[in-house]
Amino acid sequence: MSARNLFSHSFRIAWKDLMELFRNRMELFLLILMPIFMMGMVGFIYPSEASLSNVPVALLNEDMGFLGADFVLLFEEINNNTGMVAITEAQNFDEVREMIQRGDVQGGIILPSNFTSSLVGGKQGTIIVVADQSNPQISAALQGVLKGVFEEMGTMMAQQRLIEEFQVDPAVSLAMVKPFNVQFEDIVSGDFSYFDFVAPGIMAMTVMMSVMTGLPAAISKEKEVGTLDGMMVAPINRLSIILGKTFAQTARGLLQGAVILVLSVTLFGVTIQGNILLVFALLVLGVFSFVGLGVVITSFAKDQSTAVMMMTTLIFPMMFLSGVFFPVEQMPWYMQSISKFLPLTYLASALRKVMVLGAGIPMISFELAVLIGFGTILTAIAVPVFKRAMTR
Amino acid sequence: MIEVKNLTKKFGDFVAVDNISFKVKKGEIFGLLGPNGAGKSTIIRMLSTLARPTSGTATVGNYDITKNDGEVRSLIGLVSEKMILYDLLTAKENLWFFGKLFNLSKEVLLRRIDELLDLVQLSEWKNSQVGTFSTGMRQRMNVIRALLNMPEVLFLDEPTLGLDPQSSVEIREFIRKLNRENKTTILLTTHMMVEADMICDRIAIIDCGKIVALDTSSNLKKSISGVDTTMLKIGIKNLTQDLIKSMRTLKCVESVTQENSTYIKVHAHGEEAFDAIIDSIRTKKGKINSIENLQPTLEDVFLHITGHEVRDKADQKIPLERHRGFMPKNRVR
Repeated sequence: MSARNLFSHSFRIAWKDLMELFRNRMELFLLILMPIFMMGMVGFIYPSEASLSNVPVALLNEDMGFLGADFVLLFEEINNNTGMVAITEAQNFDEVREMIQRGDVQGGIILPSNFTSSLVGGKQGTIIVVADQSNPQISAALQGVLKGVFEEMGTMMAQQRLIEEFQVDPAVSLAMVKPFNVQFEDIVSGDFSYFDFVAPGIMAMTVMMSVMTGLPAAISKEKEVGTLDGMMVAPINRLSIILGKTFAQTARGLLQGAVILVLSVTLFGVTIQGNILLVFALLVLGVFSFVGLGVVITSFAKDQSTAVMMMTTLIFPMMFLSGVFFPVEQMPWYMQSISKFLPLTYLASALRKVMVLGAGIPMISFELAVLIGFGTILTAIAVPVFKRAMTR
Repeated sequence: MIEVKNLTKKFGDFVAVDNISFKVKKGEIFGLLGPNGAGKSTIIRMLSTLARPTSGTATVGNYDITKNDGEVRSLIGLVSEKMILYDLLTAKENLWFFGKLFNLSKEVLLRRIDELLDLVQLSEWKNSQVGTFSTGMRQRMNVIRALLNMPEVLFLDEPTLGLDPQSSVEIREFIRKLNRENKTTILLTTHMMVEADMICDRIAIIDCGKIVALDTSSNLKKSISGVDTTMLKIGIKNLTQDLIKSMRTLKCVESVTQENSTYIKVHAHGEEAFDAIIDSIRTKKGKINSIENLQPTLEDVFLHITGHEVRDKADQKIPLERHRGFMPKNRVR
């Protein structure tokens, strides 16, 4: 059977599938709604570490000296400007603990009774920050932010003393207290958030999910309804059935990907640095890299619901282990090694490089090679398995 | 046109088709008659290259169904038990899609679609979605769908299943017309005796995966009637089980079936049969309302050959393909 026939038959089948999709208004509507939900969910639920707003904390000042009172005043003034925490006064440590246990506050700031005397006596004044351990994300953010604020306050205090007690020129006082100035710069300009990190990953994941659940569902549905027989008795290469189905599902996935892209840019302020055509080309390559797996599952699943179940079971670990939501580098080594075997890892990484960092093809050549490799091997396994399974 | 040699299909330990051989001549309407679960559909699936035989072989138009399956597929049309139509596509789009899979050119295909729709009086529904059609309309679509490539061999799996009498008649007439005008060789399966009797040139009666009889309808009937055989339908006013039992003990009587509260059907042989039956009714003080001498039907043939009535045995016998299927280990090449 010639290659021309193979492709023309595939496109016929793809056309037919897409026609059915566009006639099915409800499915089309849900198809577009799904990525909107997904983006909204991820965009608003995940906290970004740099900013805290109105996190309830308890403040306990056990110090009777003047420096403690000064400290509290200064801190409250800073907080009034930034609004990062909502302060509740506490009388003793037990009360702070109870408030955290009840969930009234998510952390506490404690000035111990020797705060003023230590500072006056030439020692460091200790500030204790307690955090709600049941909520690691908030407590990490709280710890980070409060540490920064208190260090800044300490710097200001030291500067003041240098100027007042040692008559240091105010202009050089900062350099004396903090000789190093750390600056953060980006290689591409723009404001970056967690969203810029997840948007490429979510695109990769949505396209993958669309193809991986769509393909087995589409084939096993036709198997159940009986229409697959109609294609099977036509004198066509059976390969064009999977090819056609894959084209249709890819188109479906890319449509969802495009919805995500538009949403991220318009609603969530994601800027795309790289070439948008390269982004779509990568998504298509991504589909090629894991479509073989979908075909193998289709061949083994006896009906539609089994196929979808099998797919979902596989998709979940992929979603969390491939660095879509959390960086792979944060995972323990054994999880990291699992993620090395998931094509989605490389797709998400390549997309991120292109979308966030504006990388071109040479910078993502490794990911490209891996994706092509995955695709070739999986397809080589899938095609004979599918052909055998179709004729029992 | 079709030659089947020792064809066998097993699903696990279950033998669906058991060492079957038969030939279908060119231009013939050949019927596979048998109850659900007898293996008729499996035979059709193997012949139309949708299933692989466990052993044995068959050729369709001189092409081997396993070695030259591509060539076989370009010769055949399949009307499956399930309707091969996409509900969301229009009549024309459905035919267009399947026609294109047969590499028909645009002009030929467009003309053929119009001709076929016209043939089954669906032209005015050309641009309506098939999902909105009635069952009869859908089945007509289902049949013409298989005719797009002008197949030399047409496989019909229960073509009138679930249709009302009128639609059934239309479909049967259409099948006969097709055979007469295009010389299409037709292999059809049915569990309806009447249907097989009406349209098939030759009939193979299939039970439990085996061919138990193969001949023309009239020869099959002759085989059980003839001078030696008597078939009576007797109406008895005061019919009792005791009476039936005593009749069964008669030497000449082969079978007695009770039709309802007054009628029984008696199948007997021997010259003295008629007298013996009447005598046995008299001795039990039965009051005879009517006696009718019956011509044997295919149903009687089936009953006679297999020793049991045609009934649905699917619940105990048919291996549900979907429940085994697709696991490669079950298949033997």
